[in-house]
Amino acid sequence: MTVPAAGVAGVSPVERYVAAHRTFAGNGAGRAPGWLRELRAGGLARFGALGFPTLREEEWRFTSVAPIAETPFVLAPVPGTRQPSPAQLAPLGPAAGHRLVFVNGRFSERLSTAADVPAGVRIESLAGAVAHHPDLVERHLGRYAGQQQGPFAALNTAFVADGAFVHVPAACELTDPVEILFVAVPGDGPEVCHPRNLIVLEHAARAVVVERYVSLADGVYWTNAVTEIFAGDGARAECYRIQQESDRAFHVATTQAVQGRDSVVRLHPLVFGAALSRHDLRVVLDGAGGSLLLNGLYLLGGRQHADHHTVIDHARPHCESHEYFTGVLDERARGVFSGRIIVRPGAQRTDSKQTNNNLLLSSEAHADSQPQLEIYADDVRCTHGSTVGPLDERALLYLRSRGIDEAEARGLLTYGFAAEVLGRVALGPLRARLDALVRARLARSGITGAP
Amino acid sequence: MLEIHNLHAGVAGAEILQGVDLTVRAGEVHAIMGPNGSGKSTLAQVLAGHPGFTVTAGTVRYRGQDLLALKPEERAREGVFVAFQYPIEIRGVTNAYFLRSAVNAIRKFRGEEELDPMDFLALLEEKLEAIGWDDSFVNRPVNEGFSGGEKKRNEILQMAVLEPRLAILDETDSGLDIDALKTVAHAVNRLRAPERATLIVTHYQRLLNHITPDYVHVLTDGRIVKSGGPELALALEERGYDWVKSPAAVA
Repeated sequence: MTVPAAGVAGVSPVERYVAAHRTFAGNGAGRAPGWLRELRAGGLARFGALGFPTLREEEWRFTSVAPIAETPFVLAPVPGTRQPSPAQLAPLGPAAGHRLVFVNGRFSERLSTAADVPAGVRIESLAGAVAHHPDLVERHLGRYAGQQQGPFAALNTAFVADGAFVHVPAACELTDPVEILFVAVPGDGPEVCHPRNLIVLEHAARAVVVERYVSLADGVYWTNAVTEIFAGDGARAECYRIQQESDRAFHVATTQAVQGRDSVVRLHPLVFGAALSRHDLRVVLDGAGGSLLLNGLYLLGGRQHADHHTVIDHARPHCESHEYFTGVLDERARGVFSGRIIVRPGAQRTDSKQTNNNLLLSSEAHADSQPQLEIYADDVRCTHGSTVGPLDERALLYLRSRGIDEAEARGLLTYGFAAEVLGRVALGPLRARLDALVRARLARSGITGAP
Repeated sequence: MLEIHNLHAGVAGAEILQGVDLTVRAGEVHAIMGPNGSGKSTLAQVLAGHPGFTVTAGTVRYRGQDLLALKPEERAREGVFVAFQYPIEIRGVTNAYFLRSAVNAIRKFRGEEELDPMDFLALLEEKLEAIGWDDSFVNRPVNEGFSGGEKKRNEILQMAVLEPRLAILDETDSGLDIDALKTVAHAVNRLRAPERATLIVTHYQRLLNHITPDYVHVLTDGRIVKSGGPELALALEERGYDWVKSPAAVA
């Protein structure tokens, strides 16, 4: 007997999504404007050409997506009766300002909170934006994700329907953060949603955006998200991304950012959840004098696997990028970090620093760290460093020799390792919330004694 | 206070201390001097409880207790403090939090009430002044980005805050400029009291210009080969260590 490699009932995973797309296109999505249908068709074609990646591909050699390919996910339906009540969202904390809530990838007006915004600012669902000002969306959607997008971003594009749309006009500053909350309400069978976020800050605009992915129940589902960020000349974007999916969920994400001249972008991808997660993050510094902070944390236990692939593309001179990714891995968790830094010809005076530190709390935890520097300019400063290992015994002894007992010393050092990332979180109330998340996760590992 | 008898210790099969005998009584300041590789730092590390060193023979009694049977944290709570030669950087933990944790661990052990952040800050302010530091150092992660001299000062700040019964300074003076050296000496002299003792491990005599020891011992090849008063340190400074090693000196 042979097991067909093609999967369920002889239908290959890719064919399954092609068929699903046919239904999707005929199912109301067909009313979309022509440019959007073309965008989707392009995404589907690219996904069809690439298929699901395998371990044989360099970019995927540490992460098998076979569990995703082999699970017969269906497109999550518009929630209907599965809409959570506002009370169910209460444990997630109050909205700090604007909050857009999406249930299984679809905008929920009832659960969202709008605040006053300066004239011209748009904070709304992507579906609403496509309906109300398609020209504005067309100018930006899919422009930053690029033509050479990976298979998952392409699949997201094939099914692009909803997500958050934030547009801040020139010289406008949003004082309150915009929270984009994705709530998964798992169904009976495995479902997938493809949230698509578009954040556009025009010349000298400023905004703080918090993307958050949570689940109201433990279930098998897949979130395949794409976020495009455009920071115009002199713009300043502070973007947090907090992934707290269910322990059995799959989470694949692509973040694509393009920065203009003298812009400042600070990205904070923080990972706590999902059984398997992969985040591809690409930032192009496309104007002189741009500044980028990439401040990542993955705090994992059980058999969680989190993979970050980052590309920082220094396309113009006089830009700086500081990248810090910190992993704390317990039990049989596995962290993967691959950080590529490209310095294009002519990108002189580039100042780039990359650090990936991994703390292993168990002998079965594992981390892979892969820096890749590609430098085609000669007047640059690029440094990188990575560490993988258990707590520093000398540090433990140091604390103990001051009277602190071993368990507390371990807690203090472990917390400190993760808390270093929180030190770069500028938004005070969010920092407190993240601090609580870090403590809760460490407590699950039996680690107490954090300050 | 401290009685070391026939102490043998080393790392991975190599015996570094080869029978150290030393008695330190309350109220005394002792200096242990010796050339590089003589075992001075090993002695300090063994007294701190460093797990990398194995004691193969001998005893160490501290205030009547078997010091070697105590964990590093228990030694600290009993009043032993070692200012390390190479202080460790600890990311993500501020100096203030670290110090308060240490103070409270010791207070708890003594059955005293733990200090809240405000009370602790008041205590810290006073100690900071003594070593000529402002607040900026206490809100930074422990030793992170500190210069060599700042790390040593930080050790002395910890000593001043924890007020140990037995302070052991492991080459705290090396790499310090004269101002920092005076700060260290001042902090040690402030702690001088009939119920306390200090053991200064050093390669050079210069710190002893500012802290007059009651006894000076010369450690070479893992053994104390000569003991004397403060004048011995001056002789070592002048003549080096070779003359004490020669059989004539022993005779």
